[in-house]
Amino acid sequence: MANMCPTKTPMPEQAPTVRNKNFKEVALGYTPDQAIEEAKRCLNCKNKPCVSGCPVNVKIPDFLAFIAEGEFEKAYLKITETNALPAICGRVCPQENQCEGKCVRGLKGESVAIGRLERFAADYYRENCIAKTNKPTSNGKKVAVIGGGPASLSCAGDLAKKGYSVTIFEAFHTAGGVLMYGIPEFRLPKDIVCKEIDNLRNIGVDIQTNMVIGKILSVDEILESGYDAVFIGTGAGLPKFMGIDGEALNGVYSANEFLTRINLMKAYKFPETDTPVKVGKNVAVIGGGNVAMDAARCAKRLGAENVYIVYRRSEDEMPARNEEIHHAKEEEIVFKTLTNPTRIIGEDGWVKGLECVDMELGEHDASGRRRPVEKKDSQHIIDVQTVIMAIGQSPNPLIKSTTDGLATQPWGGIIADEQTCATSKEGVYAGGDTVTGAATVILAMGAGKKAAAAIDEYIKNK
Amino acid sequence: MFKILKKRALNEQVKLLEIEAPLIAKKAEPGQFIILRINEDGERIPLTIADFDRERGTVTIIFQEVGMTTKLLGTLNEGDALLDFVGPLGVASHLEGYKKVAVIGGGLGTAIAYPQAKKLHSLGAEVDSIIGFRNKDLIILEDEVKAVSTNTFVTTDDGSNGCKGFVSDVLKSNIEAGANYDLVIAIGPLIMMKVVCDVTKQYGIKTIVSMNPVMIDGTGMCGGCRVLVGGETKFACVDGPDFDGHLVDFDSAMNRQKMFKSEEAQSSEHKCRIGLGGKCNG
Ligand SMILES: Cc1cc2nc3c(=O)[nH]c(=O)nc-3n(C[C@H](O)[C@H](O)[C@H](O)COP(=O)(O)OP(=O)(O)OC[C@H]3O[C@@H](n4cnc5c(N)ncnc54)[C@H](O)[C@@H]3O)c2cc1C
Ligand SMILES: Cc1cc2nc3c(=O)[nH]c(=O)nc-3n(C[C@H](O)[C@H](O)[C@H](O)COP(=O)(O)OP(=O)(O)OC[C@H]3O[C@@H](n4cnc5c(N)ncnc54)[C@H](O)[C@@H]3O)c2cc1C
Ligand code: FES
Repeated sequence: MANMCPTKTPMPEQAPTVRNKNFKEVALGYTPDQAIEEAKRCLNCKNKPCVSGCPVNVKIPDFLAFIAEGEFEKAYLKITETNALPAICGRVCPQENQCEGKCVRGLKGESVAIGRLERFAADYYRENCIAKTNKPTSNGKKVAVIGGGPASLSCAGDLAKKGYSVTIFEAFHTAGGVLMYGIPEFRLPKDIVCKEIDNLRNIGVDIQTNMVIGKILSVDEILESGYDAVFIGTGAGLPKFMGIDGEALNGVYSANEFLTRINLMKAYKFPETDTPVKVGKNVAVIGGGNVAMDAARCAKRLGAENVYIVYRRSEDEMPARNEEIHHAKEEEIVFKTLTNPTRIIGEDGWVKGLECVDMELGEHDASGRRRPVEKKDSQHIIDVQTVIMAIGQSPNPLIKSTTDGLATQPWGGIIADEQTCATSKEGVYAGGDTVTGAATVILAMGAGKKAAAAIDEYIKNK
Repeated sequence: MFKILKKRALNEQVKLLEIEAPLIAKKAEPGQFIILRINEDGERIPLTIADFDRERGTVTIIFQEVGMTTKLLGTLNEGDALLDFVGPLGVASHLEGYKKVAVIGGGLGTAIAYPQAKKLHSLGAEVDSIIGFRNKDLIILEDEVKAVSTNTFVTTDDGSNGCKGFVSDVLKSNIEAGANYDLVIAIGPLIMMKVVCDVTKQYGIKTIVSMNPVMIDGTGMCGGCRVLVGGETKFACVDGPDFDGHLVDFDSAMNRQKMFKSEEAQSSEHKCRIGLGGKCNG
C-alpha cells in the first residue's frame, strides 16, 4: 500500500546556525527506515513521467520499488544501469526541473523525493556492499579523454567497460572538474567524488593529471601518438567579469577563484593548508545560480557576518536549485533581488562598497524571462569589503586555439552533434559544458555517455 | 612525481633546481612558466622556466625564498621529488626579427630574463644585458648572462660591486650614448619595470615586461592573475606573462600584490612554529 503522506519524508540536516560555521555536509541522508517510507510514496504509475524527465532515463519506479522492499543493493544496481554517478547526481541534480518536476505526486503535494532516494541507494552501496569490479578484457584500442569532469568521467567509464584502454588528461592536479573545485564539500563531500574516480581507475582508466592539453600536447599530437579517438570534456571554466569599475580592487574575486581556493586548495583549513582565502565582514555575491549560492554559503562559513546575494532579476528567475536557495536563506544569506551592481567602490586599493541600482521587471526577453530595467534614482551603496562575481563562465579558448579544424560557436563553445557528440574534426568528439555552455552535471554525463557509444561505433567501423 | 636532479644555491636566498619533466622540456619556450605543488596540502606556485634541455628532458627553475612555499622548496634536495609540475604555461616570448635588444633583469628577474637573452642571442640579435641587485652578494647568473650578451652591465643599489646605480640609469645612459635598441625587455620588481617603461616611453622604444601576479591554476580559469593592460582586463597566465610595458597599469598591479600579504605572513609563521618550513628567519 502506497504511503499517501502529501509531503516528502524529511531528511535530517545539520541545523542552519550550526552548519553555517562548518564545511561538513548539510544534508545527512535518509536512514533505511526513512528511505523505505519515502519510496513507498511512489504510486508506480503507468506513464512513468519521472523517467522521461531524467536526462539519462534512470529507471526510477524500478529502483524505488527495490528500496521499498529493502533491497538496497539491487536499487543501486538498477540506477547504475543508466547513471554511473548516482551518489553525486542524488546530491546535485536539479530534480525539481527533472524527474521530480514530472512526478504525479507533485500535483497534489510534494513529489516523491527521488533525488534523496538515489543518494540513499548510492551511499548505502558504498558503505555496505563490495563492488564487483571485473576488469574488462582489452580490445586493444586506445581513446584519449581530455578533462576530468563529469562528461569525461562518464565517457571514460563507458568506454573502459567496453574494453577500450582509456587515458584521461586533466589539467589540474586532480580529476573531477567542477565536482572537485567548484561544488563545496558541504554539498558534495570530496571523498565521494574521489571514490567514483577510484572506481574508474579500478576498471583500468589511466588518469594523467597536470596535463594541460593545448600546451603540453595538442589534440593532433594525441591522435598522432596512437589514440583512435579523442573526447573533449574541458568544461566552461573561463570566468566572466561584469566590466564595471573597480574590478581590479583587492577583495574582488571571480567565483571560480574563490571556490577553487576553498574546495580544491582547501583554504578553509588555512593555515593548516598553505593556500589562503580572505573574506571581509560583509560580502556581496553577484549572480543567482548554483555558483552564487555556493560562493555565498562558503563566505558565511568563513566567518563573514553579512552575506548578500545581489541578483538583477527576481527570485523566480533564479537558476539555482530550489534546495540551494532554501538552504542559503536558512543560513542567513540575505537576498537582494532586482538589484544590479554598477560600480565597485574602493579605498586604498581595497573594496569598500558596491554601488547598485534597483531594477523592476519589464517586457519578456529572448530567454523568455522578463527583462529587468533600471528604476530611476534608485542608486545606493551596499557596505561590503568583498565582492564575488558569479555571473557565468564560458569555455576556455585553449583547445579551440590549438586544434586545427575544430569548429566552434562565436561564444567559444565547441560545435558537436547532439546525438553523437561528433565535432567537425574526424575522430574528435566533445560534450558537456564545453559544448552547451555552463549547464548541469547530469547533462554533461549524458553527453559523455552518448559520445562513448558513438566513439565505439566509429572505431569499430574504422 | 617530478624528481629533482640537481640543486645549486646561486646566493643566500636564490636556488636553482633542475627537474625531470621530459614532456614539458620538449615543448618549453623562453617566456613560459610552470606551476608546482610540493605536497598534498601545498600551495600551487608559478615559477619561470629558467632553462630547459630537450634531450635530457629537464626543466630548470630558479627561485628566491620569499615565503612559505619557496622556503620549503629550498629545503628539498637532489633525489627528492615534487608532487605536481604543470606546464609549459603562458605565451612564449616573440623574439624574432630584432637587431639590438636591451635585456634588463632586476634581482631575481635576472633569472626570468636570462632565457630570453639566450634565445635572442641564438637568433643573432645583439644583446645588451643590464642586471641590477641590491648588493654584490646577491648577484646571480653573471657568467651565464655574459655568455649570451654583447655587453653586460651589472649594477648594485649600494655600489658594493663598484658600479652603483639602478638598471634604468644604465639604460638611459646607453640610449643617450647612441645604443639603438629596437626592443627593451624588462623583468624584475614592478617598480623597476615601471621606471624602465617611463624611460623607454620618452624614446619611443618598444618595451616588454613580464607580469607576475598571484596565480592558482595558470590556465585562465580563476581570473586571480588579472592585470589591466591598455584599459582591458587580461589574464597574465594565458595572455601573458609578457605584455607591452607601455600599456600596463603598474599602480593597479602593485596594489593587487598586497591582496594576501597578511595571510602570507601568517602562513610562514605557522609553518615555522610547527617546524615544517625549514629555516625561515627571513
Ligand atoms: C560552483 C558550481 C556549482 C554547481 N552546482 C551544480 C549543481 O548543483 N547541480 C548541477 O547539476 N550542476 C552544477 N554545476 C554545473 C556542473 O558542475 C557542470 O555543468 C558540470 O560539471 C560540467 O561538466 P563537464 O565535464 O562538462 O566540465 P567540468 O566539470 O568543468 O570539467 C572540465 C575539466 O576539464 C579540465 N580541463 C579544462 N581545460 C583543459 C585542458 N586544456 N586540458 C586538460 N584538462 C582541461 C578542467 O580542469 C576540469 O577538470 C555547478 C557548477 C559550479 C561551477
Ligand atoms: C608567471 C610567474 C613567474 C614567476 N617566476 C618566478 C621565478 O622564476 N622565480 C621566483 O623566485 N619567483 C617567481 N615568481 C614569483 C613566485 O611565484 C612567488 O615568489 C611565490 O609564489 C611565492 O610563494 P611563497 O609561498 O614562497 O611566498 P608567499 O609568502 O606566499 O608570498 C611572498 C610573495 O610572493 C607573491 N606570491 C604569493 N603567492 C603567489 C602566487 N601563487 N603567484 C605569484 N606570486 C605569488 C606574493 O604576492 C608575495 O609578494 C613568478 C610568478 C609568476 C606569476
Ligand atoms: S592563474 Fe587562474 S586565470 Fe590565471
